[in-house]
Amino acid sequence: MRQFSERRISIKGVDEMRELGLELAAALEPGDIIAMVGNLGTGKTTLSKYIAEGLGVTEALSSPTFNIVKEYRSGRLPLFHFDVYRLSSGDDLVDIGAEDYLYGDGVCLIEWADIVADILPEETIVIRLEYGENEGAREVTIC
Amino acid sequence: MLDGKHITLGIESSCDETAVGIVADGRELLANVISSQIDIHTKFGGVVPEIASRKHLENINRVIDAALGEAGITLDQVDLIGVTKGPGLVGALLVGVAAAKALAWTKGIPLVGVNHMHGHIASNYIEHKELEPPFMSLVVSGGHTNIIMVDDYNTCRKLGSTRDDAAGEAFDKVARVIGLGYPGGPKVDRAAKEGDRDAIPFKRVYLEKGSYDFSFSGLKTQALNYINTERQAGRPIDVNNIAASFQEAVVEVLVDKAVAAALEYGQKRIVMAGGVASNSRLRELITERAGACGIEILRPSPVLCTDNGVMIACSAYYAYRKGETSDLTLDADPALEF
Repeated sequence: MRQFSERRISIKGVDEMRELGLELAAALEPGDIIAMVGNLGTGKTTLSKYIAEGLGVTEALSSPTFNIVKEYRSGRLPLFHFDVYRLSSGDDLVDIGAEDYLYGDGVCLIEWADIVADILPEETIVIRLEYGENEGAREVTIC
Repeated sequence: MLDGKHITLGIESSCDETAVGIVADGRELLANVISSQIDIHTKFGGVVPEIASRKHLENINRVIDAALGEAGITLDQVDLIGVTKGPGLVGALLVGVAAAKALAWTKGIPLVGVNHMHGHIASNYIEHKELEPPFMSLVVSGGHTNIIMVDDYNTCRKLGSTRDDAAGEAFDKVARVIGLGYPGGPKVDRAAKEGDRDAIPFKRVYLEKGSYDFSFSGLKTQALNYINTERQAGRPIDVNNIAASFQEAVVEVLVDKAVAAALEYGQKRIVMAGGVASNSRLRELITERAGACGIEILRPSPVLCTDNGVMIACSAYYAYRKGETSDLTLDADPALEF
């Protein structure tokens, strides 16, 4: 499991968000789980899109809010993109069969991951996204 | 067979609903049973969806029984079984697929795996008896936003789709931002009737020229920014105006692109499908703009707009007539494309 050292990054706009996504993607290994935490509109889906691009996913990555999870298999590693906003706990995620994904050989990106934090493994990479001072700016914490 | 008519039973369990529909000769609705509408024991009053495979498993047999009862037939009279094979949640899909295979095998009934999205379009065949392909279709729901050229029954070309949030999802998210709650679609629709759709200049996102793709995720950020600015300036927030202006921004882009696609492909009909097809402003504006170009608008009634088994039965019937059947190796395909 990849270990990321804790760091804080200030991002000015989508270009820098893309750089971050591509950089993260380059380091990902099978079984990695990225938990994304942040309010509505802080860029969780946008960052996911760039991580997918970095993995070489060719399909368009759209929001999985309604479907809870979408699978993409065209990249360097299988990508399982979750949005657990509609769930109420980790048990709900287990109920839809998520353990096969979490302990599988792909990469899991989980939006609104704080909701299911109780079942995520310790090695999970947590990315916090917050609004920055200016429009388009974001504060990102990775640990 | 029932009175000489071919009977298809359709099973749908791709996401929130366990549903079974029964149709005669592909188009006549005999039964439409949806679990959320018969389940009075939901823990959250039906607000939180039952996406768990376990829930589908608890529901499936009694939903099948209820549908047979509603149609007034027995399993022995069923000539074909259709089931959603994808796209959707793998665990949820598997429950329907396993139930369908078990029925098909024990009763010796032919089986057809159906694409859920073809099903949504097929829901129109039930209520518009004269409708036949080809036509243009606008599929708008909580999970999908697509412009589809329907060349034949179950034969579709995807011309455009959302690059981020689906239209219905944008409604849900903006409803959350302005405190209207879930489900957002009907609530925004209602609030918008009391608001001014020109009050706030939400950006219409058309993407590249000639593109039939959509992008709605920026709208929720715009709504958030607008509310912050107004609060900082000490001005009151008019929820109805935000709802009306936001809705107009979504609806206008949907309508413009659907009409442009129909014109480019020389289609005289736009057939709507999915839950957002029930939005009153979308219906009004698309009827007006398409009408001005001599294009007819068709859509199913709200009960057939959301996920149901009738549309799966209908789609299965037409697949079977083309000679398609599935064997007992049929599997769920969560990422199935149009």
